[in-house]
Formats: sequence, C-alpha cells, structure tokens
Amino acid sequence: MANKLHDTPLLDQLESGPWPSFVTGLKRLANDEGKTYAPMMKDLLGQLETSYRTRKGYWKGGTVGVIGYGGGIIPRFTELKDENDKALFPEAAEFHTLRIMPPAGMHYDTATLRKFCDIWEKYGSGLIAFHGQSGDIMFQGCSTANVQPAFDEMNEMGFDLGGAGPAVRTGMSCVGAARCEHSCTNEQRAHRELVNSFLDDMHRPALPYKFKFKVSGCANDCMNSIQRADMAVIGTWRDDIQVDQAEVKNYVAAKGRKYVIDNVITRCPTNALSLNDDDTLDVDNKNCVRCMHCINVMTKALSPGNDKGVSILIGGKRTLKIGDLMGTVVVPFMKLETDEDYEKLIELAQNAIDFFAENALEHERTGEMIERIGLVNFLEGLGLDVDPNMVNQPRTNSYIRTDGWDEEAKKWFERKAAAAN
Amino acid sequence: MSAPRMPIESGVPDPFPFMHPVLKKNFGQWKYHERPRPGVLMHVAKSGDKVWTVRAGTQRQMDVYTIRKLCDIADKFAEGHVRFTMRSNIEYMVSSEAKVQPLIDALQKEGFPIGGTGPSVTMISHTQGWLHCDIPATDASGVVKALMDELHEEFVKEDMPNRVHITTSCCQINCGGQGDIAINIQHTKPPKINHDLVANVCERPSVVARCPVAAIRPAMVNGKPSLEIDEKKCVCCGACFPPCPPMQINDPEHSKLAIWVGGKHSNARSKPMFHKLVAAGLPNNAPRWPEVAAVVKKILAVYKADAKDWERIGDWVERIGWPRFFELTGLPFTKYHIDNWRGGRVNLNASAHIRF
Repeated sequence: MANKLHDTPLLDQLESGPWPSFVTGLKRLANDEGKTYAPMMKDLLGQLETSYRTRKGYWKGGTVGVIGYGGGIIPRFTELKDENDKALFPEAAEFHTLRIMPPAGMHYDTATLRKFCDIWEKYGSGLIAFHGQSGDIMFQGCSTANVQPAFDEMNEMGFDLGGAGPAVRTGMSCVGAARCEHSCTNEQRAHRELVNSFLDDMHRPALPYKFKFKVSGCANDCMNSIQRADMAVIGTWRDDIQVDQAEVKNYVAAKGRKYVIDNVITRCPTNALSLNDDDTLDVDNKNCVRCMHCINVMTKALSPGNDKGVSILIGGKRTLKIGDLMGTVVVPFMKLETDEDYEKLIELAQNAIDFFAENALEHERTGEMIERIGLVNFLEGLGLDVDPNMVNQPRTNSYIRTDGWDEEAKKWFERKAAAAN
Repeated sequence: MSAPRMPIESGVPDPFPFMHPVLKKNFGQWKYHERPRPGVLMHVAKSGDKVWTVRAGTQRQMDVYTIRKLCDIADKFAEGHVRFTMRSNIEYMVSSEAKVQPLIDALQKEGFPIGGTGPSVTMISHTQGWLHCDIPATDASGVVKALMDELHEEFVKEDMPNRVHITTSCCQINCGGQGDIAINIQHTKPPKINHDLVANVCERPSVVARCPVAAIRPAMVNGKPSLEIDEKKCVCCGACFPPCPPMQINDPEHSKLAIWVGGKHSNARSKPMFHKLVAAGLPNNAPRWPEVAAVVKKILAVYKADAKDWERIGDWVERIGWPRFFELTGLPFTKYHIDNWRGGRVNLNASAHIRF
C-alpha cells in the first residue's frame, strides 16, 4: 500500500544554503520508490514536519532489544495518533535506533561503510548518523521486527552494540598514535581494553547510572574526557619536553621574536619558557604543567617527552542533577606500556565501577557520588594514595578532625622514601 | 524451532584492519604536522612518510546515497579509507600531495565544504532533536544546518583567533556538551502535569528524587495518586520529564534558547572551563532560528575582532573581563547571570579588581 509524500513547507526551507542538507537526504529516501524504506521515510518526514509546525517532539520510548542483551537499542514509538489511537504516520510508527560501536578512532574502509549501507537499506530506514554524541554509529529508523536481523548481520561483520541506560557506555578515543605527533599513549588500545573488559556491564545494564570511558592522547583532550567521562584517561609525560633548537631558530626567523614572545613565551601558564638571546629556547621542565600550548604552536620544534604515560581523572558529567562537574585527578601519572600496566588500568576501572555500583544512589553519576561522600572516601575505597596533584589548593576551612595526623604524615614520608628507592 | 542466535560479544572493533596503510605503518611514530591550507593537514612521520588529510563537513544524519557518494570519492580520489571526527567531519587520507586538489575538487563538486581545521568554526556538535529523541524541546539537525549555512565562510577559512567549537542541545541534559559557544534549550515554565496518567506511567519516588531543588511531592489529585510541583521552587530544568512523561516540560512558546560561551575542553594555557550563560529568552523559531544565528554571529564577530591569536573565547573573556564582553556584544547583563546555585560563590568577584 503506497503512502504519499506529505507536504513539508518548513523542512523544505532547510534544503537551500551551502551546508549539506539532511532534509534532501531524507527526501531522497522517501522518494526512492520500490525500496522498503520509502514508505517509512515518507511518514517520518510527515512526523518531523509536524514537529516543526507545532514545535513539539512526538517520540516515546519503550522496550525493544536483541536476544542476549538488555540494552543498546533506543526504542522509539510515535505519539502522533488520532482519537481512535491510530498512528497518523503509521509507516514510521516504530523508528528505533541501533547503537553500534565503531572501530576505536572511527577508522573505516569503504567496503565496510558500503556493507553497512546494504544492511540498512534492507532492514532499516537508509538513514545513518556518523556519529552520536555517545560515540556510536547510529542506525536510525528500524521497525521492531527488523531490529534483530539487522543486528545479527552487523554482529556477523564484527560489530557489536554499544551502551544505553544505566550501564557502561560506548567509549571514545582520539585519532592519537594513528596520526598525531602529540600522542602520549596507545589511545585505541586503552579504549578497547577498558570498554571490552566491561562488556557484561555494557550489555546488561545494572549500574546505578551510566559510566563512560574516554581516552585522549594528550592534554588537548580532543575527546572532552575531563568534562564528559566518568573515567578520563589522558596521555602525558614526566621527563623533559623535547626541543629541537635548530627548529626553534627557524621558527623565530620565520615568525619574528615578537610573535614568538607574544604567542608562545608569555602564554605559558607557569612562565616556564624563556627565549634566549641566540633565539634558542629554555624550558623550566620542573614547572611545566604539560598543558600543550607551546607544542601546539611550534609543532616542528617542540614535542612531548619520552617517558610517557597517562593521568586518570574521575567524575566528569553534565548538568543533571547537581550541576556540571569536571573529572578530578585520582592518578597523576601511571605508565601504560606493558601488559601489566594495562592490567593495572583495568583493575583501577574495575575498582571504580565496583565502588560506584555499591555506593552510588539510583541515577547518581560517579562525580555526584564523590561530591556527596568526599574524594577521600572514594580514594580510600579504591585503595589510592592521596597526592597534592589532586587539589588546586589544600582546604581553606577548619571543619576537619585531624586526630590521625601523625599516622597520615608517616604514610606520606614512607611513600616518599619508597619512591626514592 | 532452532535455538535463537546469541550475540557475539566482540566489543569495540580493532581499528587496524580499517586504518589507512600509512597510518598503520607509522602508528605512534609521527614527528610533526602542518596545515598547508584550510581543511588540509599534512603529517610527517619519523620514517619520512607523509600523509595528507582532507577534512570535509557532512550533515551527520546521512542517507545511504550520501554515504555511498562519500565512499565513491574515497575509492576514486583517495585511497579507500576514511575516518570521522567526533564533530561528524569526514577525513580522507592520501599518501601523495598530487591527490589533494583533485580530492578537494571532487568533494566540493558534490557539495561537501572543505575546512574545519585550525582556527576555524568547525562543525557544530549535534544531538538528536525532534528527529529521534523522546524528550526534545527543539530539533538538532535543523538548528545545525541553519547555523552552518550562516557560518559556512568561517568553516572553510581559518580566520578566527583560535578554534571555535559550537554545540547545541535540545534539552537541559545538554548532550551536546561544553562549547566555546553552546546553544541550549532553557525552559521557562514549570512542567504541565497530566494527572490522569502519572499513577500508571511514573515511579513516583524516583521522580521526586530526580528534582534538584526538591520541588516535587506526592499528592492525590482528583482522587488519583499523582505528583505536584511547588512552582515557586521549580527551576524548570526538565529533570522530571524523562522519568515521568506526563510532566510535560516542553512548550512551543516557553521553551526558549539560551546561549553560553567560554567552554573549553583543552588544557592548553588555562585549565578546562565550563561555558557561561550570556543570553537567554531566544525563541525556538524553526526552521531557521534566525534570532539565535544573529546572537552567535555577533559574538563571533566581536571575538574575531578583539581576541589575540590562540585565545579561545573563554581565554579571551578572562583577559578582557565580563563587563567588556557585555559592552562589546551589546548583550544585556541581568540578575539571571549571577550564579546562586551551590558553590556559586566562586563565580562572584571577591576582590577590588574592577574594570572601568
């Protein structure tokens, strides 16, 4: 039974202009007579145009899944119905999304993308988003009946569902070592080892709320991990910035001393840079905070050190419920090179998730839990030692019992002595 | 009947089988990069290998024809591999400089803008909106399309002091995240409750617990168990709506758009920053949201004219101060800009540092 193309005067206005138009794409699918998705996309356009006219959304959730998993499908059922409870746009009455995890770093060959298109042409709407804010490929628009066969074919290709609901979520990692000289760690390995160690917690949602991993190879944090991840892994180094003095001189010769002073030297947040009279650069590495600015500007002359590793920050999230939180440092530095190093990272993540599962309230994120119980309780729960790199400054109020002072001070000196050996 | 197929829990795929061969060969061995022109990166490996990356904007929500077209371009003009950035730009990698211009020409011919690198306004990070979300007050793809049409020139050039990341969000959960400029829904009226449905649809204690200001309490309404709101306490955040759809927060007129500036995820120079409210009360004016575009363009014009090289919007405002920001942009400063949430005192000026 052929349905007809609905008039879409408002959406039509989004077909002009220089940026590629998603409306043109939707219409292409809706007009693709003979394809199974054409009727669905005709009605999808009808519902979306209604939203544009009334300025209201008309989807509700529900329960749709694949056999063996408790999450990963985002069910959507239309709420636009007539007085007899019949859908106004029946062909798009079910419009579910499959969240599929991309290869770490979002690399593709065209054969894989074409295969995705073929599967989605057969079972879905023909509409795919690369990528959602969750880091998933979003196959948008699937009937309940077609969810399972679509997933089965993608699963046979080597792709798996991502996270949804109160679960470990799909992770993200930057392009990193694959194409970036700033990379201080193997981002794709950290990403895969973390997420793939917790697939049970991803596919069978049973945590208090979501838990996200994000991995950035340096402090530029292209994955927004401090602001968006419950556990952020950020590449850094602990020896000296590598300086190619000949390239520094070339840069000064090309750009001029004023430019270098104004844009590199005086922009260092800890005044750790000095331009010498012979146009070479001095770096006070003890006071460098690894912010990346000078390296970003002078990509040829400066690069991260050789003794690389990662910093771990925990507790980032957006507004609801208590307000925005950034992740805070819980491990200032750890090496991440050997298999044992990766085992330590997974153990830390396991401890963080276990503590979260046991101590967070329903619908409370890790950062909110830490806000409620205090960072020290969280650190003690995970068996992590306190470190002055975890604070901007020590406490400024006196409401604290310090009767364990001597013991705590002793621990500090013992740790210092152990580190010196 | 045969046993159902159980999933293969393969997790995140290994990227190496999908990766461009020059990237694979030089993994972890890159030396430096340059930007030969807007939209193009040139990375040099320690081995001496070079790879050129051409970055193009997409509409993110792509039909299979668009994806196949992008694949055809990759097969004909690049080397069969692509990747996507987290802001939905597509990147093509080629191993020889001679392939760059024909690739650019092919992409431009099909309508894909080349840019988004260095100090440009790159693609707006993008949520679901009316197309697919169950709680949106506005659309996402349409807002992004409308704004990127307006900002196209700033995508294809590298004329900004530093990179500009714009985000959009269709509710106050803010899936779009922090941005140099964030365009987010800000509801202005408490939810309208359909008391006939609450008892059947909502787990009332969970809904009470979701409210950040404890404004929701259980109540009997018309003889049915329901919920009521202390409207004086309500901050109109919409947190109750996802767990309880009969508490409708979205309103065609009263769900407004607010603009926030100065968010920054990078640690370069300053520590990461949250974005700060600068404008609110803008109408949710589909299909092109002209009032929002006007404010965004005004902020960008002032930033472009006044900021120093390498200053992100947040860095720039920290240097010039908020009084000057409101003066330069012509935006009103109101009582709503003053933070009264817990911890908000750190946002007040506890000093004699005053700008005149």
